[in-house]
Amino acid sequence: MTAVVGADTGPETSAETGAETGAETGAVVGTAGTEMTADGLRETALRIRRHIVDMCAGPEGGHLGGSLSSADILTVLYFSVLRCDPAAPDDPGRDVFLLSKGHGAIGLYATLAERGYLPVAELATYARPGGRLMGHPVRAVPGVEMPTGSLGHGLALGLGFALSARLAGRANRAFVLLGDGELQEGSCWESAIAAAAQGADNLVAIVDRNGLQLTGATEQISPLEPMAARWRAFNWAVREVDGHDHEALREALASAPWEPGRPSVVVASTVKGQGLAMVAGKAHSHYATLSERMHARAVRALRAGDR
Amino acid sequence: MSAVATRTVYRDALVERMGADPTAVCLDTDTGLFSGVDFGDAAARYLNLGIAEHTLMGVAAGMAASGWRPYVNTMAAFAGARALEAVKIDIAYNALPVRIMATHSGVSAGHLGPTHHALEDLAVMRVLPNMTVVVPADGASTTALLGQVADLPGPAYVRLGRKPTPSLPEDTPPPVLGRIQRLRDGGEVVLVCAGPLPVLAALEAAGTLAAEDGLDVGVLHAHTLKPFDTGTLTAATAGARLVVTVEEHWPSGGLGSAVAEELAEHAPRPLLRIAMPDRFVDTVGGQERLMADNGITAEGVAARVRARLAGLADTAAAPGTQTRPIP
Repeated sequence: MTAVVGADTGPETSAETGAETGAETGAVVGTAGTEMTADGLRETALRIRRHIVDMCAGPEGGHLGGSLSSADILTVLYFSVLRCDPAAPDDPGRDVFLLSKGHGAIGLYATLAERGYLPVAELATYARPGGRLMGHPVRAVPGVEMPTGSLGHGLALGLGFALSARLAGRANRAFVLLGDGELQEGSCWESAIAAAAQGADNLVAIVDRNGLQLTGATEQISPLEPMAARWRAFNWAVREVDGHDHEALREALASAPWEPGRPSVVVASTVKGQGLAMVAGKAHSHYATLSERMHARAVRALRAGDR
Repeated sequence: MSAVATRTVYRDALVERMGADPTAVCLDTDTGLFSGVDFGDAAARYLNLGIAEHTLMGVAAGMAASGWRPYVNTMAAFAGARALEAVKIDIAYNALPVRIMATHSGVSAGHLGPTHHALEDLAVMRVLPNMTVVVPADGASTTALLGQVADLPGPAYVRLGRKPTPSLPEDTPPPVLGRIQRLRDGGEVVLVCAGPLPVLAALEAAGTLAAEDGLDVGVLHAHTLKPFDTGTLTAATAGARLVVTVEEHWPSGGLGSAVAEELAEHAPRPLLRIAMPDRFVDTVGGQERLMADNGITAEGVAARVRARLAGLADTAAAPGTQTRPIP
């Protein structure tokens, strides 16, 4: 999984000759996803939600609510924004995505499978003994850049990828999806300060602002508002969007960086459990093991919700 | 006998390395170690991330995964405790080539106190899969080991001191990473040591015990705690009446534990572990003073060895006695 920077992409390439290096190593990265239509995105997101629901009916259940709240963000990223190619997952010119809220693993697996990084059929092995699809993503899974799951790691990792690209003179970006509850971890803000200080404008964070954490509302447990103002105070460029509006997400994510020299953060307003009325907006959707009956009901609800 | 701080030797070696290796990057947490340093053409590869040790480790992992070779800089107290989870998950788990350059190790921060002492770092680093753990003993061994660590495919923890410590004898050959270095031949009592002052204390104690007690004393320099050179240890201690470890670390998890584990499993010998006591050191003093207060001197080591040998002799002379109190 490690893309090796050879001597030819070392220091000599940073500044003056960087553009040439980027052209050599980066321009080949597939951008097929950017062609996807609005209908295509909607259908893809629905399939991803269906996979999520299916995995939650597996032997161990899964992180249902937060995966559903992230589903549209992941769909737009992988099918409309990221320069990435499942056939060349280590291409140094790729955009890097990190699921800092690693408990949303089933949403990532579903997205990677739909995008062609792993067989869709493998999703049925989620949480089954001997498999590689664990409750939190590991690098053995194609397309997973870094193991995540311990909250508060993604932003620093993303900054590392962003600084790497900058040092090599490449134009690729690092996208980091954070949970809102995750922002109670101090390391997030430590890394936010460092990213702004480094002027890492090729780093883009997305906050899945569903307002709920494991046992209840973030604002009742350890408040995070004013969210946008906090990021602005940390010298980030901030946009607030509807995290289930594909076009709004695409416009914001694809156009980053919005301010030269500043990292960008999309505060995506989402609903935990989005797409499943029976759990939407409820904290107990955080983790679910769906019985056969509940699974069938969820599948019907997804279809109904899509109409 | 000259004296240098291993962190200073490292700093100068890194400036050279940055020039020679276009993938080397220096990530700093405002340690001050690089104030006024001219990295020349490599200046863009020096980044001061501010006082942010978790971020330091995460950024290093991201950069190493992108093909760079980061040297990360902080104090041992923060590398091994504060940032440990990032070291574990982001660096060690991914087996990424990050060099964790930890200054102010042991009690080398002296009067700065327990917040700045690191007497647990070897224990926590040694337990991590994929990690190489190195403890240079002086300027020359720092230079030699850094050169060998530079091209390792995985992560490494390098334990450095704050203030100048005396050099090993001039005729000491350069250490080889992963191999215990025999500094003095002798098999009756074998002193296994790591770190500047413990190695010097062991060498001097060995001379004293040979001259005054007629003992055949060997000294092994175990500069690489992981991977540990079990073969040399067991070969050099076969038939020893007593194996002694000397280190600047708490008694659990460091060199003494490594030796105890290997001997217990492969070639049990009577063992005496000399380390800093199992308590926080909150008395003002420099590194040498704080270690002397706790018996890590040539005289202290010699005295502990004599007492233990006497105890072992008593045990041998009194059949049925299985254990003796620690002298």
